[in-house]
Amino acid sequence: MPVQKFMVNGQRVEVDVEDDVRLLWVLRDLLDITGPKYGCGLSICQSCTSLVNGKAFNPCSVPVGQLRPSDEVVTIEGLADAVDGDGLHPVQEVWLEEDVAQCGFCQPGQIMAAVDLIQTLLADGRRDVTEAELDSLRNVCRCGTYPRVRTAIRRALAVMAETPVFVRGAQR
Amino acid sequence: MRQSPDVSRRRFLGYVVAGPTLITAARWIDPLATADAQELPRIGAQIAESYDLIDFLRDAARPTANLITVTVEDDGTVSFELHRTEVGQGINTAIAMIIAEEMDVPLSQVRITQADARPELLFNQLTGGSNSIYTIYDPVRIAAAVARQRLLDAAAIALGSAGAELGILDGVIRAPDGSSLGFGELARDASSQVTEAVDVQPKRERPRIVGTPQNRIDARAMVTGELRYTGDLVVPDALPTMVARPPTHLGRPVRLRNEAAVLAVPGVTHVALVESGVAVRARTFGQCIDALQVIDVEWAPGPAAGMSDESVQAALADAELPQVVPDTGALTPLGIPSPVQTRDFSFTFAFQPNCPLETNPCVADVRTDRAEIWGPMKNPVVAQQDIASALGLPQDAVTVHVVQGGGSFGRDLFWDAAREAALVSQAMGVPVKLSWTRTDDFRQGRAHPACRSSIRITRSETDIVSYAQHHTSVNTDFGHGLGEIITARADELPGGLGGMGFSQTVFMLTQYVPYDFGAVEQLLAETLPAPGEIETNVFRTGSMRNIYSPNVVTARELAIDQVAAEVGRDPLELRLSTLRDARSVAVLEKVAEAGSWGREMPAGTAQGLGFHSEYKGRAACLIEIDCRPETVSRTVPTAAYAYTGPRVTRAIYAVDVGLTINPRGLEAQMLGGMMDGIANCLSFSLHLVDGGFAEDSWEHAYYTRQWNVPFETQVFILDSSSQPGGAGEFGVAASMAATANAYARATGSMPTSFPINHGMPLAESIVPQGAIPQSPTDGLGRR
Repeated sequence: MPVQKFMVNGQRVEVDVEDDVRLLWVLRDLLDITGPKYGCGLSICQSCTSLVNGKAFNPCSVPVGQLRPSDEVVTIEGLADAVDGDGLHPVQEVWLEEDVAQCGFCQPGQIMAAVDLIQTLLADGRRDVTEAELDSLRNVCRCGTYPRVRTAIRRALAVMAETPVFVRGAQR
Repeated sequence: MRQSPDVSRRRFLGYVVAGPTLITAARWIDPLATADAQELPRIGAQIAESYDLIDFLRDAARPTANLITVTVEDDGTVSFELHRTEVGQGINTAIAMIIAEEMDVPLSQVRITQADARPELLFNQLTGGSNSIYTIYDPVRIAAAVARQRLLDAAAIALGSAGAELGILDGVIRAPDGSSLGFGELARDASSQVTEAVDVQPKRERPRIVGTPQNRIDARAMVTGELRYTGDLVVPDALPTMVARPPTHLGRPVRLRNEAAVLAVPGVTHVALVESGVAVRARTFGQCIDALQVIDVEWAPGPAAGMSDESVQAALADAELPQVVPDTGALTPLGIPSPVQTRDFSFTFAFQPNCPLETNPCVADVRTDRAEIWGPMKNPVVAQQDIASALGLPQDAVTVHVVQGGGSFGRDLFWDAAREAALVSQAMGVPVKLSWTRTDDFRQGRAHPACRSSIRITRSETDIVSYAQHHTSVNTDFGHGLGEIITARADELPGGLGGMGFSQTVFMLTQYVPYDFGAVEQLLAETLPAPGEIETNVFRTGSMRNIYSPNVVTARELAIDQVAAEVGRDPLELRLSTLRDARSVAVLEKVAEAGSWGREMPAGTAQGLGFHSEYKGRAACLIEIDCRPETVSRTVPTAAYAYTGPRVTRAIYAVDVGLTINPRGLEAQMLGGMMDGIANCLSFSLHLVDGGFAEDSWEHAYYTRQWNVPFETQVFILDSSSQPGGAGEFGVAASMAATANAYARATGSMPTSFPINHGMPLAESIVPQGAIPQSPTDGLGRR
């Protein structure tokens, strides 16, 4: 059985598993990193959204054999430590202040997608977000937290525009 | 700011329960405690106006309320094993707030966990019908008040001070001389070696926590990924397991044709045929999905084989009860226009999936003499009974652990996954961590039943003088144990309900017309199966958030708007002049004022109103919708599959649930309910095609997405009494109705079939029945 080597949440890992097993299951079933959720396995619901080299992606749609040893995956568990500073990532902080979560199941993915959107805007020198850009987020929330997600992203963008925060490896 | 609620002056009896630390409970069997129950109903009143579903569930819970205990630990933590299930509705936070309020401890010092199945609670461990806060508020408050009193008594002795001189701040009791003791230091002294009854009066001063906006106590665990849902649990040897399911809804497996090939799939350890399909256990869920690509099973068709949306709607039309109010005709016998006219309306509603995002997970470890089950169950006692029976074990050999759920919306009232996981574990002889696939969840999961609602309104001049609504539904499965309550309590119910079926009871305890419309009648008929026809359900149905109300209320509110238009009355004025009480008028006036009802809007856009009363509360919604072609045909660059359609641009909600425990949580429930209401009206349904539901993923089942969310949302909370009502489902019906009315006004055409996009052709990319789509492999490329 092949040995898969990559980085996750700052740690170098080696896992014995077939090349075609999707990363989501390697994280969840073999490494006990359960923040990324299974909501469809089809790259639709976005509840597994995590970051690879600073950019959002869906681990449900990546055969683990496609990762290089230097690729760094950051899941919700590692988000706070993947940026400078103590405490939580500013997006997580705003998520708490706005009390966004209801059942919470989709929220790791919501937060990672928000981090990616905000990083992209900041890299473009933007300090605002349009309704169309908020509409572009694909994350399903069956509790309907969408209005608070929009509010939280606007607030987090304002906070991060003052003090830019980028996850390791993200384009600045 | 909200007003200080009129906290009851009544004294209650509670218990200090024998134990090594302070444990307290409530005695709570006085059924005349509700003000509503003492009011004389008006002539012609409907049952639900004075005694509704949450009264019923609360009365059923009274005899066992004293089995619910508050415990003070020696570290000062106040812990409470909640006999309800947190699934996102914020019940853990609300209960923690009630305890923190009564005992003057910081919210962070209260620890709420989900209780295991406790069969001794009988009817008092059901999470549904928005009954939780209404049912638990008094018992928790009383138990906490007993604890507070005992701690004060113990502190008076320890500090050598008269009880009346002591004060409590943040879980510390202080004497006038400055000496103090924490709850933890007093817990042992305050405990009792025998259970004793205590007379107690809950706090009377102005509340400090209850009624203030509080963030969820579990939010940090959610945003850091630390919260473990069922699928995240680590139970030794409980490997990932999925089930191959039939190509028709509720079909059955006959035999597995290629066991060796399935076992040869990398990672697969076991395969077993069970009642619902063929289960595969593997090292990872990905390898289960691999096995589902090669598995070959012979299937027997399900009970809905050959049925379609059209045949179901035809069966509903056949089962509809005829109207008894005569049709007056447009002309009098003398040939002049009749001053009294009848108007008929019929609306149809498609099946809807009540899928949460979590896909029916369950962990089961079944041994020869015992079983242990973990899952997000809202009915754990009935689940335990059913699973024990299915496994051939005594009930007390089955331990059911209730795990916080990733959404429910009615789904977790049933334990389909738990029963299945238990049977799979038994058949394989090993522990399993079962998950349904997303596709399973839409096709074989629970559905809100298809239904139709027909209304006959009689008007005299410009007034409505009679209103009759006949609601006809595919059978709603209430087989989740409430039936036991009916058996126990049917004879005691007011209004001659005894002997009626459970659906009828729920309908009559939830539906009433809040307007003065003269002679009023609302009836339910159900079919598929027809009463007494066959024992098993044709479809796996269940209550979806707010049960009958979204459909019944939407039909009613649309009909009111149409009659108003026909007689030249403003829809707001007609409602305000016929609503029966000040609370109703207040919420409707609030949304009309905040939303500037009647403001000028461009052609193709419009406002709409909806009103709904249930759960002792009142709710109103104002929606603004944009149905212009350029909006309806908009695209989303990131999601080629996106269903866009009409856009609700603004949503305003006003709600009065009586006493609000947590305004922040209530607002969240209303916001979420509005997202449901919009989806119910415009886009979210299942298509029944040849005995199976077609939808396979969120790509084709159009629940509200960001591209459908209103740009502006507002929720106003109007408090009106000292007793909390129900809230978890209360955002759906009024917003669905308001969206429908806004759509009718924007397009000039009243919709009669819901959701409005249901007639759209199915996407060609939907996977065939019986197939499970394989996960993509281009995730690095498409980021």
